[in-house]
Amino acid sequence: MASIEARGLRKTFGTTIALDGVDLHVEEGRILGIVGPNGAGKTTALNAILGLTSYQGELKVLGRDPWNARDQLMRDVSFIADVAVLPRWIRVSQLLDYVAGVHPRFDRAKAEGFLSRTTIKRTSKVRELSKGMVAQLHLALVMAIDAKLLVLDEPTLGLDILYRKQFYDSLLNDYFDRSRTIVVTTHQVEEIQDVLTDLMFINRGRIVLECSMEEFESRYVEVMVHPDHVAGARSLNPIHERQVFGRSVLLFDHVDRGQLAALGDVRTPSIADLFVAVMSNSGVGGQKSEIRQGK
Amino acid sequence: MNTESNAPIHRQGTDAINSARTRPFYWSVWRELWENRSIYIAPLIVAVFQVIGFAISTIGLADRRRAVLLLDPAHQRAAIEQPYDLAAMMMIFIVFIVGVFYCLDALHSERRDRSIQFWKSLPVSDLTTVLSKAIIPLVVLPLVAFAIIVCVHLIMVLETSVNLITHGMSPATTWAHVPFFQSWLVLLYGLVALALWHAPIYGWLLLVSGWARRATFLWAVLPLIAIQIFERITFGTSYFGSFLKHRIFGFAPDAFDFQGRTKPVIDSLVQLTPGRYLSSAGLWIGLLVAAVFLGAAVRLRRYRGPL
Repeated sequence: MASIEARGLRKTFGTTIALDGVDLHVEEGRILGIVGPNGAGKTTALNAILGLTSYQGELKVLGRDPWNARDQLMRDVSFIADVAVLPRWIRVSQLLDYVAGVHPRFDRAKAEGFLSRTTIKRTSKVRELSKGMVAQLHLALVMAIDAKLLVLDEPTLGLDILYRKQFYDSLLNDYFDRSRTIVVTTHQVEEIQDVLTDLMFINRGRIVLECSMEEFESRYVEVMVHPDHVAGARSLNPIHERQVFGRSVLLFDHVDRGQLAALGDVRTPSIADLFVAVMSNSGVGGQKSEIRQGK
Repeated sequence: MNTESNAPIHRQGTDAINSARTRPFYWSVWRELWENRSIYIAPLIVAVFQVIGFAISTIGLADRRRAVLLLDPAHQRAAIEQPYDLAAMMMIFIVFIVGVFYCLDALHSERRDRSIQFWKSLPVSDLTTVLSKAIIPLVVLPLVAFAIIVCVHLIMVLETSVNLITHGMSPATTWAHVPFFQSWLVLLYGLVALALWHAPIYGWLLLVSGWARRATFLWAVLPLIAIQIFERITFGTSYFGSFLKHRIFGFAPDAFDFQGRTKPVIDSLVQLTPGRYLSSAGLWIGLLVAAVFLGAAVRLRRYRGPL
């Protein structure tokens, strides 16, 4: 069953086009990473999926129309937004009471279990917690909800590297199973490379690349070309070329790995490398600084 | 037992059980009380001042009481009852102010602090959310006012009694002249009548708080003033002004029968006219307008995100 099914999804803000006819098909049990420069339409797409914004076109999330049935949809969908959105005035214990009181799929004991692994006190107010602790708290709540779809919009923004690592580790070890679907956007693409099953690049409201990670690994090859073979390598139509320590690193799409191995050191590119290549080919200058180079 | 094949069935089963256990409206009202502690703290602070103020005023009470007891029975009662009525009136006024400011903030603060994104990530409808906020000025605040006024009255009686006893007088002069249970009944009736009468005011304030990006108070009040000024300048009349006045104070002539007295005094339950109040057009038009405002606020919240 498809978790998310969108056809011709469009959203405009005045004259700005945030989503320009997006088709989306996410199967159950996938972990989809949506990567794109700022203002590409990632958050708008997620907001449409969550019923937080109106849209044109067709969209079904878990078989429901999110805009008209947000409250029912949220029984099966969990969501962590790009900034800490937990109310600052609330106490941890009150938050647990509230979610337990309104959410039929919330397992309070489970949430308490996750919290007991942290230093978060039940009597603390959210405003007294550090940013990392707020993220831990929100994650503990969300992981205790037996949802079918989890949407993460820059969930680790502003967290230090320990919390970021821990965030994805808990998610994979304690939460994800094959019956759940996760959609995540982030600029820290190197952190989710090993987590994802599917990858999507989005720019100016359009999907510019869509593939599974198996496809990604078989299709794209990066070669650090031996100086003697640079001309030969360039003749194979690399989609991108960059210089690293004076040597050319060429990125190929759909070129035989064995053939490339003869030209230099072959490896699977990082998502960040591919992102830079695809974005610069689609004519967006100055986007390289948008993402952190991985590895 | 939770294998692949029976997992969906198992899930539906627990879902039905858990759905019965969830009470989104109940917990949303608690949520409001957690966030807006002024709902009970402000009236409590006022109550403390009333009790302390009254305690100080009992200095020399015994002499004054002796003088009062020389008056005719009607004046005796009026004089002894007066501070109790005053305390009640003050409290009603305070909870009205608290209600106004609560409503102006209710659908604004969740957008200001971005927490609306969190609330909307839970299976709670916009209708439940807006109603849980509307219930505060319509039900919770009147109940808070009633409970606190009763407590204040009891403490005031205690203060008087102690004072009178220490001055060798019988405290019964207070009990005999102030029919507490009757006046609490009148109070409860008045609070309910007032809340229903003010429903469109609270509805309007909630709508503005969900709509305005900032300065909710100005957006709520300035248009009303602008209309009055416009009417005054254009037509030289002030119908809109008296309409507003009627909406704030107009419940009393319908809910009570003052029996042609100049002062609005209630000393008998016969003066309560719930039948007349419930059949007054002003009440039902007001409730209808309130429903329209609240409906608009529910609808609007769907479009609303963080500011």
